[in-house]
Amino acid sequence: MNLHVNGKTHEVDVPAEMPLLWVLRDRLGFTGVKFGCGMAQCGACTVLLEGEAVRSCITPASAVGSGKVTTIEGLSPDGSHPVQLAWAEVDVVQCGYCQSGQIMAAAALLASKPDPTDADIDRAMAGNICRCGTYQRIRQAVHRAAAMQRRATP
Amino acid sequence: MTGMTRRSFLRTTAIGGAGLVIAFYVPRRTVAAVAEPPKALPPPDAFLRIAPDESVTVLLAHSEMGQGIWTTLAMLIAEELECEWSRIRVEHAPAAAVYAHTVFGMQMTGGSSTTWSEFDRYRTVGAMARDMLVRAAAKRWKVAPDQLKAEKGHVWKGKEKISYGHLAEAAAKLKPPAHVTLQAPAEWTLIGKPVPRLDSREKTTGAAQFGIDVHFDGLRTALVARPPVFGGTVKSFDASAARAVPGVEQVVQVPSGVAVVARDFYSASQGRDGLKVEWELGPGAEVDTARLLADYRQLARSPGPVALEKGDCDAALGGAARRLEAEYDVPYLAHAPMEPLNCTVRIEGGRCEIWTGTQFQTNDQAAAAGIAGVPPERVTVHTPFLGGGFGRRANPRADFVSEAVHVAKAAGVPVKVVWTREDDIRGGYYRPMFLHRIEVGLDPQGVPVAWKHAIVGQSILAGTPFEGMMVKGGIDGTSVEGAVDSPYLGAIPARRVSLHSPRNPVPVLWWRSVGNTHTAFAVESMVDEMAHAAGADPLRFRTALLGSGPRHLKVLALAAEKAGWDQPLPKGRARGLAVHESFGSVVAEVAEVSVEKARIRVHKVTCAIDCGLAVNPLGVEAQVQGSVAFGLGPTLRSALTIKAGRVREGNFDDYEVLRLDEMPEVAVHILPSQERMGGVGEPATAPVAPAVANAVFALTGQRLRSLPLRLT
Repeated sequence: MNLHVNGKTHEVDVPAEMPLLWVLRDRLGFTGVKFGCGMAQCGACTVLLEGEAVRSCITPASAVGSGKVTTIEGLSPDGSHPVQLAWAEVDVVQCGYCQSGQIMAAAALLASKPDPTDADIDRAMAGNICRCGTYQRIRQAVHRAAAMQRRATP
Repeated sequence: MTGMTRRSFLRTTAIGGAGLVIAFYVPRRTVAAVAEPPKALPPPDAFLRIAPDESVTVLLAHSEMGQGIWTTLAMLIAEELECEWSRIRVEHAPAAAVYAHTVFGMQMTGGSSTTWSEFDRYRTVGAMARDMLVRAAAKRWKVAPDQLKAEKGHVWKGKEKISYGHLAEAAAKLKPPAHVTLQAPAEWTLIGKPVPRLDSREKTTGAAQFGIDVHFDGLRTALVARPPVFGGTVKSFDASAARAVPGVEQVVQVPSGVAVVARDFYSASQGRDGLKVEWELGPGAEVDTARLLADYRQLARSPGPVALEKGDCDAALGGAARRLEAEYDVPYLAHAPMEPLNCTVRIEGGRCEIWTGTQFQTNDQAAAAGIAGVPPERVTVHTPFLGGGFGRRANPRADFVSEAVHVAKAAGVPVKVVWTREDDIRGGYYRPMFLHRIEVGLDPQGVPVAWKHAIVGQSILAGTPFEGMMVKGGIDGTSVEGAVDSPYLGAIPARRVSLHSPRNPVPVLWWRSVGNTHTAFAVESMVDEMAHAAGADPLRFRTALLGSGPRHLKVLALAAEKAGWDQPLPKGRARGLAVHESFGSVVAEVAEVSVEKARIRVHKVTCAIDCGLAVNPLGVEAQVQGSVAFGLGPTLRSALTIKAGRVREGNFDDYEVLRLDEMPEVAVHILPSQERMGGVGEPATAPVAPAVANAVFALTGQRLRSLPLRLT
């Protein structure tokens, strides 16, 4: 089948039910996408499918169809997406393992809600676990990214 | 850089001249001019490389697992080296004796000890390099070194300058100094300032390499079917269905179970699902946490080895005007780091190469050597970033590394063994379940005159190589830390702490802040019970009792002030507090809670920490916030239960940890302090459970003595 990932089409020969997570990691080398639970409980595997945040660990490869997949590697060419910049400014990361998923979830949130409230952030991000407990700075960074995005698109 | 140790790489580069290396063969007599000389002198090996491209590469003797030492240790070198901060690169050091912990003697990351234990060594390395660079420049200019100064990555003679990159090769040929003088604190430009992390970019772009991301040609992925109960063994297995799964290449038996080796994770997991294994269960099938807790309650009433005794506790209790008694219990907990355990092993040509996120490099190296049948120096350990550790990746038994070496050896191909989340949560090495029984005698004014404390729980150290060294007189110090050294107890004339360490098949291990996770809960809850029994304000009661703990008093006062302890709260909210010392730092926390439909909500946690010098306050704040979040999981939700030997929880749906929507606002106040430097990775974890429990009591009148806290 053909998969459209980060602006490129990849031909892969995989079982239809193989989770997108493992196609991305083991076949295409997008290891920024992380395995955390395998059952959509932790959000580490979050990618964008047509701009929507999805859990790639429970998304069968066959369900992707012609949809455009964006992983952390494709979020911006040079790490300059407002969410990535805000994450660095607020010094969010600790171990960093969950942060690809956190950033993709935040990017999806900001795409649909440019100025989220704390309650919006709680709702959108509660599915992304961080064992280091960076949640407080994640909240701050989402607000910071929203402000950057507003400045960039008047 | 495969098949080559870091050391041989360094040597090759130095000789080849492609990259310039300052290899520190530090004479043992080199002593930095500090008030307190390092307990161990910087060992003879490379901690630092300066290259012609001006990059300054710091080699970390410890593992970055989120705690921020990637930045902090680099700050220590840069402070003395006077290089440009933007030129700093960081790498994990390989496993080698020279990177042994300056106090603990083995290469390891734990005990919240990296920054204080490296404070002198890394600064000394920076100062030595600066000295050599200045002498190299002096030689070139033919002037005395004291005519020159080092600043911003250059050595300066008035307005003339030579960059470090240009001096590095010549500097490397000089004899290292016998003596260096470190900068006075007043001269520090980095230490003590908030410095953003150096690993942000790679961790926000997906570029950071964790163990699970390791890949090279020919590498296979394996999943291991492990027994359903602890200590079980393989009786027989039928691998025909597993072998029929496309992508599955081998099925091999190893001591821990049956490994399915496949071309990728998906095939391996499909293969493992198809395995039929007959297990010899053994006594592990008898484990039942409900029954265990009942047994612990019985044990707590019988005499056990005494960890602390002063005065006649029973007589003082008998003569007390009033007695309180209470039992506190905490369940088994999994560490559940976000990166599931994994380990990549390649055994080839008489060498064994390992890639894994470990906190215990040399321990794992030795274990791997024994299994692979090669000497330890022929085992190379590569440490990628750790996707969380929390103690799980510091196992004296080297479980996940040993198993992977067994699999690679049996399969005869390079293998990455990956654990699923269920494998991790059901895989043991838990924070042990503990029960505390405390009896307190109060005088007519409510002042405590007796404290009798029985602790029951498995020893973490029993059966490990550390047992002989660290378990004394039947007392595992990690079971009683935080109780025997509590300043509250020091203030009570008759006191006894005893310990029972029953054994059972459930493997246990240190979990962020170790024994303090339960001793702080028990002690700080009981002190709160005493305050209420005395009709005293919990803050004033503690202050009166803590005569001998001035550090405790300062952080208590600071946290109380910042939390507005004496200010009224809106209806439906209440505050509780706790203060606890661990890993050389003291933390006070005030929790503000409400209860909505029997659900406890923590709105705010105000923390004050005295960690001595805060090398990077931005990192200290992050560690305190993170520790509070880590401690709130088991305060509100996390627990493992075992029935018929089976761990019932298996993933984040039933082993619940703190999520963002339950994260309180955590305000962190760092006490300016001249105290000896302590740790910051763990000490804020333990006080949060009692602070919340005490707040819940203040709000509802219900004293909750079991974690997680559940209102009835």
